[in-house]
Amino acid sequence: MAIDKKLNILKGEIALVTGATRGIGESIADEFAKAGAIVIGTATTKEGAENISKRLSGTDLDGHGIILDVANPEQISEKIRDLKESDLMPSILVNNAGISLENILMRIKKDEWEKVIAINLSSAFYLSKAVIGSMLKNKHGRIINIGSVQGSTGAPGHSHYSAAKAGLIGLTKSLAQEVGSRNITVNTISPGYISTDMTKDIDDAMNKSLLEQIPLNRFGQPIDVAKTALYLASSSGSYITGETINVNGGMNML
Amino acid sequence: MSVEEKVRNIVAKQLGVGEDEVSNESSFIDDLGADSLDTVELVMSLEEEFDIEISDDEAENILTVQAAIDHINSNTD
Repeated sequence: MAIDKKLNILKGEIALVTGATRGIGESIADEFAKAGAIVIGTATTKEGAENISKRLSGTDLDGHGIILDVANPEQISEKIRDLKESDLMPSILVNNAGISLENILMRIKKDEWEKVIAINLSSAFYLSKAVIGSMLKNKHGRIINIGSVQGSTGAPGHSHYSAAKAGLIGLTKSLAQEVGSRNITVNTISPGYISTDMTKDIDDAMNKSLLEQIPLNRFGQPIDVAKTALYLASSSGSYITGETINVNGGMNML
Repeated sequence: MSVEEKVRNIVAKQLGVGEDEVSNESSFIDDLGADSLDTVELVMSLEEEFDIEISDDEAENILTVQAAIDHINSNTD
């Protein structure tokens, strides 16, 4: 009989994970819940939030979904206030929600630029600001920002996305320096090509060419990123801050 | 304890100074050595103790013990 020992390395933690209905966010939310954290996952729709709640209510799992548009600062304040009233102020924040749009810079309209920046970068600012107070008070916290390899390398058609993801790196480093004295770590994970909805529409020729650039010869899976996030969120990551951890199969050795 | 006494007590505790060093005129940053994190946490402690909310704008102007006392007095019954 196999003994399945639950490691519970996040026991006692409350984790807020944005964009937790699918892809990397889903995997992070699930891994954190399995590791013993109470997990609040965000979705932009009621259905998405309900699916999160369903997923995170198995045996030994404690979590639920909430609706949040991360590009809306007032909504962020409101939802964090709700969490505070339910005694669920997060000790871990994972800024994962993001969108990728594609257009060469010359064709990007104001709305598209602002939308990508708002969802991918400004959200991290507003959410960090909303949760950092209680982390300061408790002298304990983890903020994990999900960036992208493109934040360091750029990519044609992704000037807004790359700008936002590069921005996360600067935000991470600055905040890490501000709050380190209170035992709060702030780090970025930069995933490479991960098999999610965000990358599913890449055509076969492009896929082949990408694979040739990846020493580990496969696309990443959400769990590859989630395990890294788990490491940073746990006590194992307590001496890592202001860092960018690249999870890209070696495709860009930055 | 009066509002004044409570405020001086919280300030002393937050900034790690003796209560005898804290007068109503004391400036958190200039006199008591607070850094920006200290001032943020100080405002949070005051919010908690007096069960009030202090906005970012209001917090920016609370730079001395007296300013804190005045703000609390005008925002509580």
